[in-house]
Amino acid sequence: MITAGVDVGAKYAKIVLLENGKTVMTRVNSTVGFDLLKSANTVFKKALTKANLERDQITQVVATGMGRKTIHKKPPINTQEIIPEVIADAKGAYHLIPTVKTVIDVGAEEGRGVKVAEDGKVRDFVINERCAAGAGTFIETMARALEVGVKDMGPLALKSTNAIPMNAQCCVFAESEVVGLIHSKVSKQDIAKAIHDAMAGRIASMVLRVGVEKDVALIGGVARNPGFLPPLRKELNTEILVPEYPEYVGALGAALLAFEMEGKK
Amino acid sequence: MMLKKMTQTKEYPTEPLKIWNEGKQLRRRYYEDYLNANEHGGLRWAGGAWSFSAIPAGLGDDVYCITGEPHGATIAFFKDFTAKCHEAVEAAGFPRTLCAYMRNYWGSILLDKYILADGTVIDNHPTPDFIWQDHICCSHGKWYQVAKWLEEKKGKRVPMYCVDVSVGYPMDKPLEDYKINYIINQLDDGIEWLKKVTGREYNDVLLCEAVWNEVKATKLWAEICALNQAVPAPLDEKTMYSLYVMGTLMKHRPECVAFYEKLKAEVEDRVRRGIAAVGNERFRVITDTQPPWGFLKIFREMEKYGVVSLGSLYTYGLIGMWKYRPDGSWIPKDLPPAKPKTREEALKLIVEWTVDRPEWAHFYLPEAKTKMILSIVKQWKADAVLLHYNRGCEGLSVHIAENRLGIQKAGVPVFPFEGNMGDEREFDFTGTLARLTTFFESMGLKKMKK
Repeated sequence: MITAGVDVGAKYAKIVLLENGKTVMTRVNSTVGFDLLKSANTVFKKALTKANLERDQITQVVATGMGRKTIHKKPPINTQEIIPEVIADAKGAYHLIPTVKTVIDVGAEEGRGVKVAEDGKVRDFVINERCAAGAGTFIETMARALEVGVKDMGPLALKSTNAIPMNAQCCVFAESEVVGLIHSKVSKQDIAKAIHDAMAGRIASMVLRVGVEKDVALIGGVARNPGFLPPLRKELNTEILVPEYPEYVGALGAALLAFEMEGKK
Repeated sequence: MMLKKMTQTKEYPTEPLKIWNEGKQLRRRYYEDYLNANEHGGLRWAGGAWSFSAIPAGLGDDVYCITGEPHGATIAFFKDFTAKCHEAVEAAGFPRTLCAYMRNYWGSILLDKYILADGTVIDNHPTPDFIWQDHICCSHGKWYQVAKWLEEKKGKRVPMYCVDVSVGYPMDKPLEDYKINYIINQLDDGIEWLKKVTGREYNDVLLCEAVWNEVKATKLWAEICALNQAVPAPLDEKTMYSLYVMGTLMKHRPECVAFYEKLKAEVEDRVRRGIAAVGNERFRVITDTQPPWGFLKIFREMEKYGVVSLGSLYTYGLIGMWKYRPDGSWIPKDLPPAKPKTREEALKLIVEWTVDRPEWAHFYLPEAKTKMILSIVKQWKADAVLLHYNRGCEGLSVHIAENRLGIQKAGVPVFPFEGNMGDEREFDFTGTLARLTTFFESMGLKKMKK
């Protein structure tokens, strides 16, 4: 039996096709545009092509992510169920790391902290309020201000050994701070580190609201940023595990739930 | 947080409140009475909803008040006027981080405009003849000090009297006599001050009547709230906001007592007949602090998930008076044994009655507030708590993060969200709704079909 999990995020749509609730057949992602349904359909089609499958060979599709309601029950994907990101995150992370108790998901627009119960269900969660300063868009915006590629931001930050405080709680104000630092001739690598440190601070203080319990997993696209993990570890004073495909964990959770739902029929 | 199986699809009968229009008229008349008081030789005074409003009642039957917080909330409901108030206040040099109600009130003075309960804006903000205020929240004192200055800038002199009520909270034992007397003495002095600034005689019979009205009205409101323990809940919180407000406007007046007596009878009848506020009720929540007034539609969004908000410590305990029974249950406070007959009796009674106010507890003891919230959760059979981290009210938001931890520790699902009761710039409706629905979905709820 093949099930699919579709995670329609703010920046990317991610799809996982899962065989018998265990083996990942395909992972595909693509940026989303203004038309979320069209974007999701495109990436879904890509996944089918890559796996050499037809839609009717997928038994059950579950969607998650901020765009889940937009695509729900609409052809050609025809999702049968939608679930919130926190449930998908917990499910996917628990499948990959059965000892996980705290999941930190940092995507493009949102940061989330999820406390996971012994059975993989959600115990509590917290989502960042009203500001991109705790999400991937923050790094993107700051990369533009520094005139470096977003992928270069993490490696650049790792070159710095200086700690420069950035206090702004708001993405826009933080950009002003960055511009101020540029004008003060602070090196790009020090500014890049300051940006990552600030973001790690925001995420850590948010996650601490629900409590941090080991094992801790970091998922979402920002988990691929090598400059983010060290300051987050330092802020939380704990080891943090990153799964191999961190941006797909939500989609995996949705695919796993699709499999479970099918099994209950 | 455990997923809750939400299999109940029962539909309850529902019907509008019969008393609804009467309440609307009462509120409209309240604002009009204040506006027109001087035309008929009457007096106007301004002060907070928690001020000892029964005391100025001794000056005569033609003395009308405007209580600042409900007025600030009324302004907040009408977003265009609110925006103008905030612009005026910020242009006058005040920061936007201050109490949102206070800024709305000051803005109204600065614009020299007055808004009625239905949103009608009229020219000439009516200046009070005096200010009669109490101090417990950090904004309360400054509120009227600045209001007085703003009136003076317009060439109007407004005398002000403030009563300091910061004597502690009787959590486990009654407050000591010297603390009670500290407030009584201020009220006693206040009566002399009122006589002096108004040039009127003071009538102790009217005082005793007003004190007794306040005691009855605040007990009645608690009794009405207690009826919401029924399943299905006969009232939802959005509706309750329009009902509790009478107690914040005129708790000392006979009209308030009469309104609550009638309302209580109607709600009792709804409970008897199983009439629901939300027909598809299947998940019960309570909230905390003032809501973002410009976005009350969020309650209607919650109903799409079968969620009814039963009320809050705020709606129940801002005006309603409660006590703990020895068995630990939280119940409406008993009426005092007898109506006061003298000024001395009246002042003692109203002070002893007032210091028990539930919404004063957290100023001293956050754990007292947590205890009351958990009592409401248990007795009202609430499934979760939604906490508004209200940036517009330092007073009622103080310690709220500690309350959250206490609720969480008790195993009750809790959802905090940030916003502002009176400044729409600080509330993200779409984002809050998205997170709220995530919370509901994580509890096993789904949007229900119409």
